[in-house]
Amino acid sequence: MLTIADRDGAASVAPSATQAAEVAGSSIDFEDVTVSYGGTVVLDRFSLSVAPGEILALIGPSGSGKTTALRAVAGFVRPASGRIRIGEQDITDIPPYARGLGMVVQNYALFPHMRVDQNVAFGLRAQNADPALIATRVGECLELVGMSSFARRYPAQLSGGQQQRVAIARALAIRPRVLLLDEPLSALDAQIRRNMVEELGRLHRDLPNLTVLYVTHDQSEALTLADRIAILRDGRLNAFGPSRSLYQAPTSRFAAEFLGRANLLPVTVSQLDADGVLARVRLGEHSLSVRCELQLAPGHGCLLCIRPHALRLADLPTGNGFRATVETALWQGDTQNVTLRVEGVALNLTVSPSQAMPERGSAVWVDFAPHEATLIADEPAHG
Amino acid sequence: MLVWSRAARRMIWAVGGLVAAIIYGAPIIVIALASIAGHWNGAWPNDFTLRHYGNALTGDSARQLRTSLETGAIASVFAVLSGTWAALALRKIAPLPRRLFDLFFFMPSAVPSVSVGLGLLVAFSQPPVLLNGTTLIVILAHFVLISAFSYGNISAGLARLRPDYEQVAESLGARPAYKLWRVTLPLILPYIVGALSLSFALSMGELGATEMVYPPGWVTLPVGIFALSDRGAIFDAAALTMLLVAGTFAILLALVRISNRATVR
Repeated sequence: MLTIADRDGAASVAPSATQAAEVAGSSIDFEDVTVSYGGTVVLDRFSLSVAPGEILALIGPSGSGKTTALRAVAGFVRPASGRIRIGEQDITDIPPYARGLGMVVQNYALFPHMRVDQNVAFGLRAQNADPALIATRVGECLELVGMSSFARRYPAQLSGGQQQRVAIARALAIRPRVLLLDEPLSALDAQIRRNMVEELGRLHRDLPNLTVLYVTHDQSEALTLADRIAILRDGRLNAFGPSRSLYQAPTSRFAAEFLGRANLLPVTVSQLDADGVLARVRLGEHSLSVRCELQLAPGHGCLLCIRPHALRLADLPTGNGFRATVETALWQGDTQNVTLRVEGVALNLTVSPSQAMPERGSAVWVDFAPHEATLIADEPAHG
Repeated sequence: MLVWSRAARRMIWAVGGLVAAIIYGAPIIVIALASIAGHWNGAWPNDFTLRHYGNALTGDSARQLRTSLETGAIASVFAVLSGTWAALALRKIAPLPRRLFDLFFFMPSAVPSVSVGLGLLVAFSQPPVLLNGTTLIVILAHFVLISAFSYGNISAGLARLRPDYEQVAESLGARPAYKLWRVTLPLILPYIVGALSLSFALSMGELGATEMVYPPGWVTLPVGIFALSDRGAIFDAAALTMLLVAGTFAILLALVRISNRATVR
C-alpha cells in the first residue's frame, strides 16, 4: 500500500482496485464554443476534445479564457454559441445540478457549517441516495484521500492540504463523469503543492477511467500531471498536444515561452534534408542541424527553439554548435544558470552544479543534439 | 494606526469613553434612577421605591409589554422573511434595476415614521382594503419601517458570500431549493440573525407610526410610555422604559448567542 505523508501529517492511502474501477469517465467535447461577458468575447470559437480517462490541462495567462472554458462545462457560464458534450450527451442547456460532474475550486469551498463527512456526503444526500450507500461511499472516498481520521472535524480545523483532499473526496463521492479542477493547488504553499501534485497523479492512476479537466496557470503542474495540454491565449486555442511533445517541440512562440523557459534564436533555413525531418539553418556564421516540423523553404526566416537544459557547454568546436560569450553564471543550489550572448541574442543554459562555472566574459562553445531543438514560426512575443 | 504613542492612545480612549458614557449612558442612568424614585426635586432622586415596577407589571402596562413583544416578533419575522427573499431575488438581476429596487426598499427608512403611519392610515381606511382600527395595520406599519434594515443586512451577507459554495453545491447535484436550504441560508445565518435582532429592536422602540395607527385594543409599550409621560407620570413611564429595555436586551442577547454559534464555524 502506497502512503505519502504531507507536512500536515495527513496520509493518503491507495484504494482497492474495485473502488478504482467504479468511476467511469466520459469524453468532453467543446464544439465552436464562444462565451462573452457584456460584449467582451472571453472564449472565441473554442473547440477541443478531451478523451475518456485522460487528464487534460488547460493553461494560459490570466484572462486567456481557461477558467471560462471549465465553467462552461460546469454550467456556470452559458455559451453564446457552440455546443458542449460529455460523452454522447449535449449538456449545453442542462442546468449545473443535472450534469453529474465533480468540481474542485481554488479555495476548496468546503461548507464551513458541515463536518468533513457531511461535506463528502453532500452530493449524495442532494441526490437522495440511500443512507447506507452514503455511509459506504463517504468512508471509501475519505480513505481514498487519506482523511478517514478527520471525518468528524470541521473544515476550519483542517490545514489547506487537508481541505484540498476533502474537496477532492467530496467531488469523487458522486462518481462524477468528469472531474473539473480549477487551479486546485494555487492556494497551497510550494512544498504542499508538490506533494499534492504527486498525490493527484497517483489518484488518477488509481482511478484510470476518470476524465479530468485541469485548469492551471502553473506549467509545471500541467507537465507533471496532464496527458495532453491545451494552451489558451486571448480566448483561443493557441497550441494543443501531448505534454511531452508540446514541451519538446512547441508549435508556436507563445507555447514555447509559456511552457517553461525557451531560448529562441532567429535563424534562416539553408537546406532541408531529403527525409524532411532535419533542416540546416544558419545562425550568423554557424550552420546548425535541427529538427523541423514546419513546411519551410530555404531562405525562410524562423526561430530556433532550444530549452536551457538541452544546451551543453563544450571546450572545443563540435558538429552542431556555436560560439557564445558568457554574461552571467548563477549558482542556484541544484543547478547553475548561465546566461550567454550569441549574435546579439541572450540565451540561457542550465548545467549541473558540479560542473566548473565558466568565467564571465569568456568565449565558450555551445552545442545541442538536433532532435532536442525545433524550428517554430516567428510571431510577436506574448506579454 | 493613527496614533502611535501609547499615552496618546490612552488619552483618546479616555476622552472617547467619557463622551460615549455621557451621550449613551446618562439617559439610561437617569431613566433607571427615575424608575425607582419616590420623589425627584433636587439634583438627585430620593425616597427610593419599587412601586413603579409594581404598577408596570400589573394591568395595562403588562398587556402593553406583551403587545410590543408580539408586534416586534411578528413584524421582524416577516421583515426578515421578505428581506431574505428580496435580497436573494435581487442579487441575480442587472446592477441598474437592482439599485432601483434598493432605493425602493430603503425609502421607508428615509421617511419620518409619523408620515409612514399617516400614509398607511390614508391608504387603508377605505375599501377594498380596510385595515384602519385593526391590529394588522400596526404590524404593517412596523413591517414597513423595519424591512429596509432586514433587506440591507441580508444583502450585505449575500454580497460577502463567495459564489464558489453555491456553485460547488450545484455541481454536486443540489437543486436550487436544496442548495438554498442547506448551503446559502446556513452560510448567511449570522446576517439573518443580525437582521432579526435589529428589526426586533427597532420595532420594540417604534412610536411615531404606531401613534398614528394603533387601535384601542393594541397599545404597544412605547405608546403607553408616551401616554404616561404626557400625563406627568414620569416615574411610571421610566419603570416601563426599563422593562422595555430589559425585555429587548434579553431577546437580543439570545439572538446574539445564536448568531455567535453560527459564526464560530
